[in-house]
Amino acid sequence: MLNPRQNIALHRRLQNGLALGLITLAMLVVTVPLFLILGTVISRGIHGLNWSFLTQIPKPIGEVGGGMANAIVGSMTLLAVASLIGVPLGVGAGVFLAEYGRNKWGNIVRFTADVLNGVPSIVIGLTAYALVVVVQKHFSMLAGSVALGIMMIPTICRTTEEVLLLVPQSIREAALGLGIPKWRTILSVVLRTASSGIVTSIMLAFARIAGETAPLMFTAFGNQYWSKSVNQPTAALPLQIFTYAVMPYDEAHQQAWTGALVLIALIMFTVIFFRFIASRGAIKGAS
Amino acid sequence: MEGAGIHVKDLNAWFGPKQALFNIAMEIPAKKATAIIGPSGCGKSTFVRCLNRMHETLPDTRVEGKVSIGELDVYGKGVSPVWIRRRVGMVFQRPNPFPTMSIYDNVAAGLKLNGFRNRRELDVVVERSLRHAALWDEVKDDLKKKSGASLSGGQQQRLCVARGIAVKPEVLLLDEPASALDPISTAKIEDLIFELKKEQYTIVIVTHNMQQAARVAEFTGFFLLGKMIEFDKTEKVFTNPSDKRTEDYVTGRFG
Repeated sequence: MLNPRQNIALHRRLQNGLALGLITLAMLVVTVPLFLILGTVISRGIHGLNWSFLTQIPKPIGEVGGGMANAIVGSMTLLAVASLIGVPLGVGAGVFLAEYGRNKWGNIVRFTADVLNGVPSIVIGLTAYALVVVVQKHFSMLAGSVALGIMMIPTICRTTEEVLLLVPQSIREAALGLGIPKWRTILSVVLRTASSGIVTSIMLAFARIAGETAPLMFTAFGNQYWSKSVNQPTAALPLQIFTYAVMPYDEAHQQAWTGALVLIALIMFTVIFFRFIASRGAIKGAS
Repeated sequence: MEGAGIHVKDLNAWFGPKQALFNIAMEIPAKKATAIIGPSGCGKSTFVRCLNRMHETLPDTRVEGKVSIGELDVYGKGVSPVWIRRRVGMVFQRPNPFPTMSIYDNVAAGLKLNGFRNRRELDVVVERSLRHAALWDEVKDDLKKKSGASLSGGQQQRLCVARGIAVKPEVLLLDEPASALDPISTAKIEDLIFELKKEQYTIVIVTHNMQQAARVAEFTGFFLLGKMIEFDKTEKVFTNPSDKRTEDYVTGRFG
């Protein structure tokens, strides 16, 4: 005769196994597409990856060779300037929401950020066109950066707010109780405690805008040559990939795949670099 | 640094519409330890948080009445709460070291974040504060290597005391400083209170542990439902209280 205890144990083991199986499946469903994408991009793009791809500008159509150096530098500059716009505004708005936003103004900002987050990127591109391109009377890197910078703001703002709210109230009280003014408490204690979360939120926003194509089409516009200042149109990796991908030549398709590989590598190295920088400042046992 | 006495008159405090303190009047003597006892929810924490204007940092709160520390009118016009809190240090119920700062930076925080930058003097202050908090020997080798959060609960609380006394306040408020700690750590905190009294600090300690109040404090105030029922020498409160409710509480009939 079976011991009833063993029965229960078997029942529980089955339940446990089932649950574990389901979450493993979910894990696979989440990770498999990522590796499929990475695998495809690497296997198709790696052939075209060579020194001239990284150092030369595109050759005229029909000629073999050439690279995307101007698009790589263009993308990096676009993203850097976009971050200069998006990071301070996003983090600033997030601090406002978390520390001063328990009121009507906070709700307005929160709602605006959520709506802005849902605005299609091409519409943001149009806005930058109207605000910058029309005023400057020509396409420019600056216009592209403005569009990308605006796109960064809502993501950074809302995640920064969430991360700051995770900082225990007791830490704020400890600082205030020492006679440290509120602004100093926020800067030196709250932001510092939440810094790794804020870096993550910036990296999320950065990775998202790095691949954006639509908002650049009528702002940064693209450029076959080197761009000499932020007031000139510039090449960018997503734009260049798009241009080559729709061309009817195998050569061009190869360049597009390699461009995609370089773009993904650029994003990954940036994220890893800044995570490393952020973790270097941490000390032993910090939570 | 010399401990200052605290004078409280007609102190009322609210959380939203709910009144938490009713017409508190009290003369807390300088350079002595005063215990505030009473059952949970009687307003003892709110009371000490009114002494350094921490109560008003919570949303939707209000304070009325008069509090003076020495000659300083705490709720006077144009008096900055930041300035008050530099003169009135506070240690909280749960240890709350700054998790991303080293042990050294935790102790130095009150000075550093207020713009004090003299390295050599900071070193002196940090060592002295940690010694007073009886933590120096345990942490002296890891001062800048380890985070304040890596210490044990009892060590963290002594770190918080060190952080509090590093800015040389005149008054130290301890809000149930040992209630989250084990008996050994509690004993260390109590020893610490004796040491701090020798250093001429005025100490106000909130506790729900009556033995603790009897051990460390010269004076004791008994709070009930937001009112101060009795305030006298500790010995008198515990052995011969003048109010029936105090007697019921200290003899364990309720609370």
